[in-house]
Amino acid sequence: MMNYFPDEVLEHVFDFITCHKDRNSVSLVCKSWHRIERYSRRRVFIGNCYSISPERLIARFPGVKSLTLKGKPHFADFNLVPYDWGGFVYPWIKVLAETGIGLEELRLKRMVVSDESLELLSKSFVNFQSLVLVSCDGFSADGLAAIAANCRFLRELDLQENEVDDHRGHWLSCFPESCTSLVSLNFACLKGEVNLGALERLVSRSPNLKSLRLNRSVPLDTLQKLLMRAPQLVDLGIGSYVHDPLSEASNKLKHAIQRCKSIMSLSGFLEVAPRCMSAIYPICGNLTTLNLSYAPGIHGNKLTKLIQHCRKLQRLWILDCIGDKGLGVVASTCKELQELRVFPSDPFGAGNDAVTEEGLVLVSAGCPKLNSLLYFCQQMTNAALITVAKNCPNFIRFRLCILDPVRPDPVTNQPLDEGFGAIVQSCKQLKRLSLSGLLTDQVFLYIGMYAEQLEMLSIAFAADSDKGMLYVLNGCKKLRKLEIRDCPFGNAALLEDVGKYETMRSLWMSSCEVTLGGCKTVAENMPSLNVEIINESGQTVFNLDEGQKVDKMYLYRTLVGHRKDAPESNQTYLKCRGDLTRSDHHEPSLNDMIKDMKLKNISGDDDFIISESNNFKLQSQLFEKEEAEIMILKWKRL
Amino acid sequence: MAKEGLGFEITELRLGLPGGSMTEKSVKKRVFSEISEEEKSNGKSQVVGWPPVCSYRKKNSFGDKDGSKTSKFYVKVSMDGAPFLRKIDLALHKGYSDLATALEKLFGEALRDADSCEFVPIYEDKDGDWMLAGDVPWEMFIESCKRLRIMKKTDVKGFGVLQPREALKGTMKE
Repeated sequence: MMNYFPDEVLEHVFDFITCHKDRNSVSLVCKSWHRIERYSRRRVFIGNCYSISPERLIARFPGVKSLTLKGKPHFADFNLVPYDWGGFVYPWIKVLAETGIGLEELRLKRMVVSDESLELLSKSFVNFQSLVLVSCDGFSADGLAAIAANCRFLRELDLQENEVDDHRGHWLSCFPESCTSLVSLNFACLKGEVNLGALERLVSRSPNLKSLRLNRSVPLDTLQKLLMRAPQLVDLGIGSYVHDPLSEASNKLKHAIQRCKSIMSLSGFLEVAPRCMSAIYPICGNLTTLNLSYAPGIHGNKLTKLIQHCRKLQRLWILDCIGDKGLGVVASTCKELQELRVFPSDPFGAGNDAVTEEGLVLVSAGCPKLNSLLYFCQQMTNAALITVAKNCPNFIRFRLCILDPVRPDPVTNQPLDEGFGAIVQSCKQLKRLSLSGLLTDQVFLYIGMYAEQLEMLSIAFAADSDKGMLYVLNGCKKLRKLEIRDCPFGNAALLEDVGKYETMRSLWMSSCEVTLGGCKTVAENMPSLNVEIINESGQTVFNLDEGQKVDKMYLYRTLVGHRKDAPESNQTYLKCRGDLTRSDHHEPSLNDMIKDMKLKNISGDDDFIISESNNFKLQSQLFEKEEAEIMILKWKRL
Repeated sequence: MAKEGLGFEITELRLGLPGGSMTEKSVKKRVFSEISEEEKSNGKSQVVGWPPVCSYRKKNSFGDKDGSKTSKFYVKVSMDGAPFLRKIDLALHKGYSDLATALEKLFGEALRDADSCEFVPIYEDKDGDWMLAGDVPWEMFIESCKRLRIMKKTDVKGFGVLQPREALKGTMKE
């Protein structure tokens, strides 16, 4: 028995499927579903801007309204990628504008965003509503001024941790009087002054404003005025918080804060006088998110006292000056805690206040819902990790950074293999893992065996041999991003299964043992991968001989071949020898492709790239039927 | 773009393995302690990219228990042959080549007008010594640089550490 539904019905059903993975899966069921899903897709996520071109994006999803793009590899955050590597958004905006796409939302991470791009963006899309820039650079306050001035229906301008040249602070004044639609405004990362009067007027005429994050130039009295005008705020980032607790200004602030009964998320305190924290206490009881990681001024018992008021916290970002004792306070207060991030307050790790394994164990015991961790610490023991694994089997993200990255267990002097092994064995939903400490090949054996859901793995200064990398590549079927630095992995590991890299978004290897010859072999055999070499030692790659090690290699799957915007120096692309149309190339049979797909877990990826690949001529071969012979009632979550 | 002028080299820390050839048996990962020892002996105190804290966070949350830490590093820049001095915020730039680009923008005209001679970038450090730019890691450079001078290479002869500061002032066009 077959049920056929008109397209509109299927489209309506698909409306309820919002997550990228599920939509990608839906699109692979049959030709008909592929077509309907395509035209109804509004939100697209592209994890690597060089994996596809804007033209092909539009060809596949002509109705796209919201685009998320990521540019530089993750290790760019740590200065391992030359700043001029790439990741330019301008070509994307240009093509979207020229094609008449009705773009409404643009979310960018680690991309280079010029003022020109912002200006073009602001003038090209009538209904543009939302701009989110995370860890981007290349723009100044002039670009922001264009956004403010031209986007008549702007709802969201969210700038997170960007490097912005904002010596001219007039951009805020560029929001016209007619702009009343703002829901979210975050300019905490800007260093310069803003026009305070313009800010107050803007907030006054934005009745829907729910999220406001100020930069450090906004003084206390302005904060107080803003809070009086926006008591409906849900998310607040405080800029300057310096006041005399006995002053009139302080009283006024207390009164203003108390009116804000909806605030659930608090951050900032970029400049702070810690004796004034008590003014905040009235709203602490409602907080689910607290980010004090940019507030080194709050420490000691001022910090712990504050936390003691926050019984509903789910997400906490702090500096390690909280100490193990402070983490004990977190453990006994924040029973709903799901995410904890502890950042180092001293980059050279010499601080006495830093946290150790004790703090982590306390939190794991007190906060059973903990599922996401980023923890910079002085030391870690296997025993602690084993305890944490027992207490918190629900970790999805587990990122541990021991400040001395090859430090063994200080109690037993052993590597931390067993500790991390316990984590991966216990936490069956683990998707992201970062390792540190003294580690041998053994930990990778555990990871390959147990980390079945692992999607992203970061490795530094670890392992003894190629075996380590091989365990991971062979075992982790869902692996999407692998980033490695300073490990003894060479060509044998790199070349064992080059087909695996097509199922992944990217592989980064720096200061490892791979040679130019090894990288060339990958590039020559895999037309669907770009292999980029970055050599710092001043030699262009052409002067290297094949046996020489490369400093940095970044390879990623792509549908559009080599990019044309790489910097002249220090990089090259290894050319692929020929392409798939060579007569001696073996075309896989349909059965091979299906088997391959199953083995490589093609669906369930939030990147739709793989289903666009020429290797899978899905549309014509895989789907024998126009319509799925599936009853809607039997359809389960794919 | 012809970079005939400023003679900057990108002097990033390098983590390539030492030496050209390694026997099979001796191929081992470079342990962090080895690298940081080497870096320390080179006068650098830190391995690139460790601890893995993003550069935005590094600039904005470290070591500052009293509150306001301005991260502006404005220094005067003079260039031989240019009529006016300029000021530049070193904190806005990510590395030597980025700085070179910015200086070319500031002094573009003077660079073009100069009879295609080469320039040497030097800076005055905290101790009052004039140093050739490019030797130390960028972060160390911006901490110690008090002012910059783009000097004509032809003026270099006779310009040395032993020059008293007064004599230096005499050689610069104000």
